This record gives sequence, structure tokens and C-alpha cells, in this order.
Amino acid sequence: MNKPKIRIAITGLNNTDNPGPGIPVIRGIKASEKFDARIIGLSYENLEPGIYMPDLVDKSYLIPYPSAGMEPYMQRILEIHQEDPIDLVIPNLDAELYTFMKASKILAQQKIRTFLPSLEQFEERHKVNLEVYGNKYGIDVPRSTVLTTVTDISKIEDDFEYPVLVKGKFYDAYIAYNPEQVMNHYNKISAKWGLPVIIQEFIKGTEVNVIALGDGSGQTIAAVPMRKQYITDKGKAWGGVAISDKNLLDITHSLFSKSRWKGGMELEMIKTNEGKYYLIEINPRIPAWVYLAVGAGQNIPEALVQMAMGEKVEPMTSYEVGTMFIRYSYDLIGSIRDFEQISIKGEL
Amino acid sequence: MRLKENIAISESGFLFNPNTGESYSLNPTGREILRMISEGKERDEIFRIIQDAYSVSAQSLHRYLDDFLVLLQRFELIELDEHE
Repeated sequence: MNKPKIRIAITGLNNTDNPGPGIPVIRGIKASEKFDARIIGLSYENLEPGIYMPDLVDKSYLIPYPSAGMEPYMQRILEIHQEDPIDLVIPNLDAELYTFMKASKILAQQKIRTFLPSLEQFEERHKVNLEVYGNKYGIDVPRSTVLTTVTDISKIEDDFEYPVLVKGKFYDAYIAYNPEQVMNHYNKISAKWGLPVIIQEFIKGTEVNVIALGDGSGQTIAAVPMRKQYITDKGKAWGGVAISDKNLLDITHSLFSKSRWKGGMELEMIKTNEGKYYLIEINPRIPAWVYLAVGAGQNIPEALVQMAMGEKVEPMTSYEVGTMFIRYSYDLIGSIRDFEQISIKGEL
Repeated sequence: MRLKENIAISESGFLFNPNTGESYSLNPTGREILRMISEGKERDEIFRIIQDAYSVSAQSLHRYLDDFLVLLQRFELIELDEHE
């Protein structure tokens, strides 16, 4: 049987100790027997490891950061498309999703497909809107407030008991036991990710996460819950295990059914000792631990590609509980000529 | 008293709770007690079996067994019936 050939552009090739989801997404796609994929890597830095993985990435291109503005960003994507046609683009980083969603019409005109949530779905699940989101979809969330100036820090004690979580709008979360620590984290986070900085009630319990994929009509196509077993000093999972948590799956199915989420998602939840679940964050894309789901029997990247290409995918309802992942670091050997090529020509 | 659903205990004494993702290593006595719980034996019956098999005072065994059962409950590995 002739398998369709699909040219897929993928971001998030920074497979470091704070890994982007690009490489595991590619591994899922490459594991598919339903299509052959040519992988076009889109990278922001010339030392993103994915650039130097020819077995996984067929060709890499440097692209500007989304902060450069939508016009130069899309101009570069379309320039690449002219040279190396793209059928589908899978953005994997929070900070670039907005740009891709805004540009969906331009991309569609150029016959570049995406499989992303709507702008409304994307905006309403922002950390700053989480309380409203929880009320709307019937999920418990920790109380939160936003800091837009340093003077707001003194008001935290009016509504919260320490410790509290201090979070950036895209990434980073720190626990703070007093206003001085909040100030320290506020300065660090606002310098890196901008304002506002979010203060969230600290819920004591165990963090559990779900990776899921929605078809946009309310169906959950895939969902695998995971418990982190090993966490890096950046709070990233370095090891985890697929668990059997019916409550978590019920929460996921209910959310997808009500919100009609389209695309990949990661739900970060805290399960308290009393068995209550609090939603602490929604990542609006496939998380970096997606290959655990592939290993457990749900190839989420493959299903996403199929749906993006217009195929109907039946929901995956089973997975192998107890499937584990453990990350490791690995020294890729490259040539300075490759580095030269990507640095000077912007492609490799 | 019963073992929670889907709890897996291997011959080596490795216990995996698929509901929480936690895993534990049991010593031979712990393994024996978990096996008896999974067979539906109640606390007093387990007490008698252990007392017959090992040289241990009733007072110590009461304490150790109850501590162990509380621990299993705290780790969400067993459920107590309402009257327990």
C-alpha cells in the first residue's frame, strides 16, 4: 500500500533539560505506519539539538522569534514554504501559538494546514483567567490574582495565606513564603516573560497531569494521565509513569466535551489527600512528555496529523497503565560546518 | 478490609499502585500480609496466622500490625469496611 507523503514543519526542537515537545512529537510521527513524513524543523537558535538529528529532522530552518512581530515571522515561514513546501505546521511552544492562530487564514491560503484551538479557546484558558475558566467548565481551581506593579505585592496578604505560587504568564512557577520572596520572583519572572505575574493559592497535594487531544467537536480522541516520578530543578518531568485515574479522565472528557477543544493539551492538576482535584494550569499544546502516550498505546502526534489532513480518527480509549518514561542526555556529534551552515545560511 | 482495585504485587514484593503511580518494595512479612488481605482475610485472622508463624509477643504484633495497616490505608492501598 502506498502511504501518503506529508511534509510537516515542526517547532520546539530545543531538547534540553527544559525540553520542547518537538523531538518527541517527531518520534511519534515517525513511528506512524499510516503515512510517510518529511520533517521540516523550525528552530529559533542555532544550537537547538533537533537541528543536528538527521534521522528525525530532514531539513532545519532558522526562524525569527515571535516577538519580532507577526509579519517577519510569517514572511520567513512562507519563504521556507516556497523553497521547501509545507503541508502542515505543528507549533509546539506556547509563545508562538498566538501568531500561528492569528495567521491561520494566510497559512490556509498557502495550503499550509494547522490543527489548533480557536483564539477564544486559547485565550480563555490563560493562567490569568483560570478562575473564570474553572467556573465555566465546572473544575475546581486554586484562587489567584495578578500582579501588575510591585506595589500589588503588599496586597497579597489581604486575600491569601503564605505560601503562594508566583507564576509567569507563559512559563516558570516558584513557591514564595513571604512578600520578599514574591518580590524576588516577581522581578525575575517579569523581566523574562513580562507582565502580569500571577499569584496562585498553594494547594497541597500530588501533581498529576493528563495529555489529551481533542477533535474540535467535543470528542476526546486521546487521553493519558501521568504522575511525575522524577522532577528536575526546573520542575520538569525527567521520569513519569502512566496511571489509571478514572476521575482525571472524567474531568478531561467533560472539559473537552464542553469546550470543544481542538488540538493537543496538557492539564496540570493537583490531587489533594482528600481526593479532590484542582486544575492549576492548561498548556494549550502537546507537552514534551508526549512520547509516553505513544509508548502507552496512544500515538497522539499521529492522530493530530491525520485529523489535520482531514481524516476522521476514532477515539483511543485504552493505554498501558504502568508505562514509564525516563529522560536522558546524549552527546550528539556534529561538525562545525553544520553549525556554520545553520548560522550563516539559516538552514541545514 | 480489602486491597484497592488494580493494585499489583509481584512475587519479588514490588507493589505498584496504578491509581497514584506510586511503587513500593515490601519485605517478606509485608508481602505475606498483603497477600492475605488480597485473599479477603480480616485483621484478626491475619494476626493469628502471623502469631503462629513467628516468635513475637501479642503486644508487639498488635502494634506493628496496626501501624502497618494504617500505613497501607494512608498510602491508599487498602480500604476499610465501614464497621472497621
